[in-house]
Amino acid sequence: MGSKGICDRVAIVGMGCTKFGEHWGKSVSDLLVDAAHDAYHSAGVEAEQIDAYWLGTLSSGVSGLTAAEPLKIQYKPVTHVENMCATGSEAIRNAAYAVASGAYDVAMAIGVEKLKDSGFSGLVGSGGVASDGTEAGMTAPANFSLLAPAYAEKYGVDMETLRDVLSRIAYKNHYNGARNEKAQFQREVSMEKINASPKVAGMLGIMDCSGVSDGAAAAVLVRAEDAHKYTDNPIFIKGLSFVAGPAEGTKRQEYDFTTFPEVVASAHDAYAQAGIKDAREEISMAEVHDCFTPTELVLMEDLGFSERGQAWKDTVDGRFDLKGEQPINPDGGLKSFGHPIGASGLRMMYEMWLQLRGEAGERQIENPKLGLTHNLGGQPGRCVSFVSVVGR
Amino acid sequence: MAGIQRYGSYVPFCRLQRSAIGAGKGERAAASYDEDAVSMAVEASREAMRAFEGGIDRLVFATTSAPYLEKLNATTIHAALDLDSAVSASDMTTSSRSGVVALSDALDASHAGRTTLVAASDVVVGAPGGPRESQGGDAAATVVVGPGDGIAKLIGRASRTEEVLDVWRSEGMAFASQWEERFGAEVFVPMFASTIQAALADAGISADDLDAALIDSTNARVNRAIPKATGIAAEKFLGAAEFAGSVGRAGAANAALLLANALDQAKPGDKILVGVAADGADVLIFEATDALADARPKHSVADWLASKKDDLAYTAYLKWRGVLPFEPPRRPDPDRPASPPMMRAERWKYAFVGSKCTKCSAVNLPPQRVCVACQAVDEMEPVQCADAQCRVATYTIDRLAYSLQPPVVAAVVDFSEGGRLNCQLTDVDPESVGIGDELEMTFRRFFVAGGVHNYFWKARPQR
Repeated sequence: MGSKGICDRVAIVGMGCTKFGEHWGKSVSDLLVDAAHDAYHSAGVEAEQIDAYWLGTLSSGVSGLTAAEPLKIQYKPVTHVENMCATGSEAIRNAAYAVASGAYDVAMAIGVEKLKDSGFSGLVGSGGVASDGTEAGMTAPANFSLLAPAYAEKYGVDMETLRDVLSRIAYKNHYNGARNEKAQFQREVSMEKINASPKVAGMLGIMDCSGVSDGAAAAVLVRAEDAHKYTDNPIFIKGLSFVAGPAEGTKRQEYDFTTFPEVVASAHDAYAQAGIKDAREEISMAEVHDCFTPTELVLMEDLGFSERGQAWKDTVDGRFDLKGEQPINPDGGLKSFGHPIGASGLRMMYEMWLQLRGEAGERQIENPKLGLTHNLGGQPGRCVSFVSVVGR
Repeated sequence: MAGIQRYGSYVPFCRLQRSAIGAGKGERAAASYDEDAVSMAVEASREAMRAFEGGIDRLVFATTSAPYLEKLNATTIHAALDLDSAVSASDMTTSSRSGVVALSDALDASHAGRTTLVAASDVVVGAPGGPRESQGGDAAATVVVGPGDGIAKLIGRASRTEEVLDVWRSEGMAFASQWEERFGAEVFVPMFASTIQAALADAGISADDLDAALIDSTNARVNRAIPKATGIAAEKFLGAAEFAGSVGRAGAANAALLLANALDQAKPGDKILVGVAADGADVLIFEATDALADARPKHSVADWLASKKDDLAYTAYLKWRGVLPFEPPRRPDPDRPASPPMMRAERWKYAFVGSKCTKCSAVNLPPQRVCVACQAVDEMEPVQCADAQCRVATYTIDRLAYSLQPPVVAAVVDFSEGGRLNCQLTDVDPESVGIGDELEMTFRRFFVAGGVHNYFWKARPQR
């Protein structure tokens, strides 16, 4: 891959994040104001110190005006970015490159989504593109449910065991979210309850699905050499990768639904930028895109945290638990923290920010060195993937 | 010289038991939630066209349940059959006799050297509790008629027209009305009998010379009285009693379905009379030729009848036909498809024509300009996939997706000639799907939005 990376050239010096959940009383504008001011305060800056903004939202607004108007941004560039469920990460990536280039000194990446006003459960299409009416019309849980039987078949895992593995992932993420005051669902859920939850698609029940929620999060980014002007504890970007695949998994029979080639490619790229040789050993913790439980299972292998065919064992063995060797989704993940699309990538980074600075309270992981965020959008066989590596 | 060149039939998978309505014995065929007269006409026409090497000059769609009240319905069938745009298309609607009228017209066109595909198809909806609901049925049959004897040559015909108010439906009426049957019988029995006699005279044969008599009318009393009124032996009314109990009267498609069934069984030299009494009468007499044996479609009518789900719930049936209001899916209504993209995707959307890379032979579904396998640019040729063998690579049951009949069964389908498509399955028991299942493609109406009938292909277990 041709990306050269910006290892240790950009720092995050402030972050903000709203509680995620059903914000019936707050608008998109309210959420943006909350997250932006939280981040300004965190970085110790005033709004006028921000030179440029990158706003991520999938369907809660169009153009930079979605942020400029409620925040009263004074005639500065505000770029709206969108890359499906990886939108929030795309905002970070573009803001990071902007300050790295020297074009701006201080940039804000801010992401927001308000999903609960639609009146429907689950995600609803953002619409807009005129259609020829030939789409299969499958929902996100249905698309991701295809991973589960394919994984079981390929690695000889019986379906009952697989059910327990998936429930273990949901159990873990709820356990973590129960220790997070900003999470949508702050309670532990028993394995029995997860196993028995009403079916949504294939073998996936409602408890295999991420929380549909409202929320916003924001980050203030500066060049590394300026970081200590703002905070004693900045975090530094080691690698940033974003890839869009050619969607061949939906068209070629070779694709077997046990991997995301896009994730493999973006992980490879980010690790090269960050100088990581062995992700299983070198990455202390990760926030990954657990939109549905089988996604997290497959991601452990695509990101190199588990050998192929071994992630289910590592999951059951507790490797990815909060107190395990390589905690995954310590903040509760999409599953428990909730998934307001445009905000999720920034929410992942917010947990890295807290953990690397030792501010994660009850969830604090002991002396983390490197953290990873992984965000994807689309479906198995047809997706975009983002991987970042961050550290002190 | 004119004759039937090919034929095909289609009976939908679902059956509604009359006992479920409290309407006696037997069952009726019911178009699925994703079918209408156009989609069923496509299925029957694919059967007829599959083994036909000749060309078609005209396509006529006969029905009383046209999906569009304004806009040609036949064009959708035309597109699904991937016919050349020089082939004309027209609708023949509003009467149960439309099917046989179209056939009669097609025989006339044969004398001008033109070959016509007549696709007769009907979704018969009656008011709940009435005889049209319980005795009606949904089915389609296609007959290709052209110059030459073909598989069954025309040997006699007769026609009558009568302005009699028997069955009618006007704007704003959800269901057709019918005048008292005793009056209809009084008028139609002698008229129909005399038309049959005139056709026999035209053919120069007697009632005894017939091997099959396929008669249809909107009035059951007429059908019962015709054997005695014409002297045609009761056993020659092939399929009449059986289909009444298994399909129901399939409106404008009924006579063509009976004809298809008779052709499924006929021997060379058999003389087959087909006639319909409704707003007058048309009667045609054909004689099967030696060519028939090698020209039969993949599925006989008996095959279709044997392949069924026979426990359709009455409430589901009423919901599918739009008779019963119901709790909508908790999803946004689908957007209507847009005209320009539908036009650009015509061969894909309607005829299921994908693209095949001339550099690496990879099949790309939907058609692509840049090959998904080798990235060659604009090196594609069209490839017809509607009849390709396909199998389930993996599948899921989507309980959240929008559908008139949830859950949606969705599968990743791999084609034997290459290519893969995520698509919906239909006519399927969600519990019985498995990886490796052999499937076949079927043309369906996905949904109606903004008054636009959105058609595309689904996969179904082989019937």
